[in-house]
Formats: sequence, C-alpha cells, structure tokens
Amino acid sequence: MKRVNGYKSIVLSRVVTLLVPMLLGMGSLVYASSTVGHGAEAAHPEVVAHAQEAVHSETAVPDDAAAHGDGHGGHESAGDVIMHHILDSGVMAFEPFGELHLPKIVIGGYDISITKNVVMMWLASAILLAVFIPVGRTYSSLSSRKAASGVANTMEALVEFIRLDVAKSNIGHGYEKHLPYLLTVFAFILMLNLLGLIPYGATATSNVNVTLTLAVFTFIITQVAALKAHGIKGYIAHLTAGTHWSLWFIMVPIEIIGLFTKPFALTVRLFANMTAGHIVILSLIFISFILKSYVVAMFVSVPFSIFIYLLEIFVAFLQAFIFTMLSALFIGLATAHEGHEAEAAH
Amino acid sequence: MLTSGIIVLQGGLLDPNPGLIFWTAITFVIVLLILRKFAWGPIVGALEDREKAIQASIDRAHSAKDEAEAALRKNKELLAKADADADRIIREGKSYGEQLRSEMTAKAQTEANRMIAAAKEEIEQEKRRALDELRNEVADLAVQGAEKIIKANLDADKQKAIVAGMIDDLTKHRN
Repeated sequence: MKRVNGYKSIVLSRVVTLLVPMLLGMGSLVYASSTVGHGAEAAHPEVVAHAQEAVHSETAVPDDAAAHGDGHGGHESAGDVIMHHILDSGVMAFEPFGELHLPKIVIGGYDISITKNVVMMWLASAILLAVFIPVGRTYSSLSSRKAASGVANTMEALVEFIRLDVAKSNIGHGYEKHLPYLLTVFAFILMLNLLGLIPYGATATSNVNVTLTLAVFTFIITQVAALKAHGIKGYIAHLTAGTHWSLWFIMVPIEIIGLFTKPFALTVRLFANMTAGHIVILSLIFISFILKSYVVAMFVSVPFSIFIYLLEIFVAFLQAFIFTMLSALFIGLATAHEGHEAEAAH
Repeated sequence: MLTSGIIVLQGGLLDPNPGLIFWTAITFVIVLLILRKFAWGPIVGALEDREKAIQASIDRAHSAKDEAEAALRKNKELLAKADADADRIIREGKSYGEQLRSEMTAKAQTEANRMIAAAKEEIEQEKRRALDELRNEVADLAVQGAEKIIKANLDADKQKAIVAGMIDDLTKHRN
C-alpha cells in the first residue's frame, strides 16, 4: 500500500511540474503581449480592435483569444485599451469580420460626425419604434372590454408601472402631461443600457454627453413645469425658499445651485454607473492578459466577469428606472403647491 | 489597473462632444414625438379607458348592491307589516268569534227559557183541560153508577107499595 501511494505521489508531482508552468503561461504560451508593432496601421483602429478582442474573450474561451492574439499587438497598456473601449469613436469594429468607418460630418466648425454611440442610439430608437408602434396599434384597435396579449401585454405592464408607480405617485395631479417623456426616457435609457451589454455593442449611456443631454431635458421640463405651476412670481419666490429678506443673499445662490445639482446628479449617476460596470468587466478580463495565465482566466476573470455582467443587466434596468423615477420626482417637487412656504414668505 | 485610473483622471471620459449632444437631442426628441403619437397615446388611452371601465363596473356593482339591500329592507318591512296585519286580523277574528259566541249563547239561553216557559204554560193548560175532562167523566161515571145502582134497587111492587103508601099518607094528611 505504501509503495503504491509513493508511486502515485511521484506521478502527481510530475504532472504538477509539467502542468503548472503551462497553465501559468510561463513557456511559449505568450499571447496578447506581442511587441510586433504595426507601423502602417493607425493607432486608433488598432486599439479598438484590441478592445474588441478583449470583449470577445468574454464569451469565448481564452484559447480563442490566443489564436488571434499575435495578429494585433500594441504598445498600449490595459488601461488604454479599456478606455478606448469605453470611449466613443468613429469606427465600429466587428473584430474577426472587419470594421466599419462611420462618416465624419463637420458643419460650421462643429463636428457632428456619426459615432459609435450615435449608431447605438439609432439602433435603440429603431428597436423601440419597432416594438412600441405595433403595440400602440394593437391598443388603438382594442376596446376597453378586451385585454391585450403577447408583446402588448408585456409592454402594458411596463407602461402601467411607469404610469402608476413612477408618474402618478410622484407627480400627482397633472401627471398625464409628463407621461410620454417619462415613458420615452425610461425605454430609451433601458434600451441603450442593454445594447451596451451585447457583443459589438457600445453603451451610449456611458458617455457623459448623452446622459447630460437627457438630464438637460429633464431640467427643462422641470423648470417649465415649475413656471407653469407657480407663475413667474411664485418661481422667483421659490428661489428665496420663504426665508427672511436678509438671508436672501445666501438662500438665492444656494437655491440656484440646487436647481443645477439635480440634473448634474442625474448625469453623473447614469454615466458613472454604466461606465463603472464596463470598466470592471474589462479589468477582470485583463487580469488574465496581464498575468498571462489560463488559471486566472478560468477561475477569476471569466466567473467574475459573468457575475458582473449579470449585475450589469440588473443595473441597466435599475439605472433606467432611477433616472425616470428621479425625473418624475423633480417634476413633482417643482409642481407641488407648497402652501406653507408661500404663507411664510408673506 | 492603476493606469486606467490615471487615464480616467486625464480626461477622455468627461470630454465634451457637441456632435454627440446634438445627435442625442435630435434622436431623443424624434423618438419621443413618434412614440407619443403612435405608442404612448393609444396605450395610455386604452389603459385609462380600462381603468374607467373598471371603476364604472365597481360603481355599478356597488349601486346594484345598495339597490338590492334597499329592496331586501323593503321586503323585510313588508313582511313585518304583513305579519302584524295577520296577527291583528286573527286577534280581531278571535274577539269577534268570542263575542258572537257569547251573543249566541245568550240568545239561545233566552230562547230556551222562553220555550221552557211556553211548554210549562201548555202543560198547565193541558193539565187543567185534562182535569176538567176527568171531572166530567168522573161525574158521568158517578151518575151512570148511581143510575145503575138505582136501577138495580128499583122493584115495581115495592114502588107501588111505596106510591100507595104515599097516596095514603097524602090522603090522610089532606084531611
């Protein structure tokens, strides 16, 4: 028995000594770190390609990455690659199949070229229109005595949720006026968030310009609603927060800052959430590239990035909901008739 | 990973991009307008209609329930009233019957008394008549008996002797 055990341990130790360097990539299994530079190619698409390769390895096993790793080498560090994946660009790369250069448009000195994020927004819009217009048609041909089924029923749950739990409970009276905006912003952000999670996709909401624009819409709607609800006099009175006039030189700037904090918070919340998730996924993937190890890829990068990916799906819904919810809340706060403040002001 | 942090701080993520802002605004507004016209309008309208229909149904159900309760209450009232009426009628009937009975009894009593009195009268009369008859009969019988007794005791010789004696007496006494 003892001899058999000893024999086994010898075999085991041999297997380990053979496998460990191989698994840890200490031999010739070097990938994604080739120093062969591509002078002819511009740095820009090369980097995007590299980033796409990283995304590709999310779904495929790392062997696959090794297969075309030597083709696209770069000087860039992992950070550069991640940033180029996150950032907007004028090139859509479909890694093994080639890439698509989007048209550059410059009008009056302003660069309004079509970028990856713009394409994603159009794609999202197309999907939204393709989903919701038939649903709308179903409903316009539906009497109140019949219930919808299928896609229409699913979308009804969504619309009903936004209508009752978001719009009605936060805005209250006169919520119908703001309902189309809230529904659109929810569906739009949700679709953009989800499109960022599919391969070859880009997250438009992880770009601060997109979220800023959406937040500005909320800001404009909020201010218009406040002006309509209180009138110009009430709106200005609101800026003093009903305090004594001697405090106005403090209160007015604070209230004005407060007006702009809300859209700023909306902007940063959505942008940061969507960016952070992608950075974490890419970083986890790059751990295996940096350590050049299959073991790390198997037991750290892939499981953890799958976990973060699932979390991202949740976050996609959550952030779309939060943006809509806060928009509704801000509109509700702006239109609410605060009688006590008006009384205190007199 | 440290480098990525440095790059985030260096910029890139927060770069303003007017083109993207422009396209976002355009895309969003167009999507908003199209969806408002073709999707949200009909969907929300249908949902509101349904809500109203449900509310109307609930209201109808409530009013129907109220009506049913009112009808039930009315029925109960009617039933109670009918019960009371029946009681009253029975009571009245009973008292009437009682009264009728006592009346009839009294009437029968007086009638009986009258009849008894009449019967007594008749009996008395009959008795008197019978007594008269009996007296006449008895008198006749007595006369007939006396006649028979007299007839049986009457003897022609004796009579003649008697009569002769009487004549003798008369003649003697005439002198």
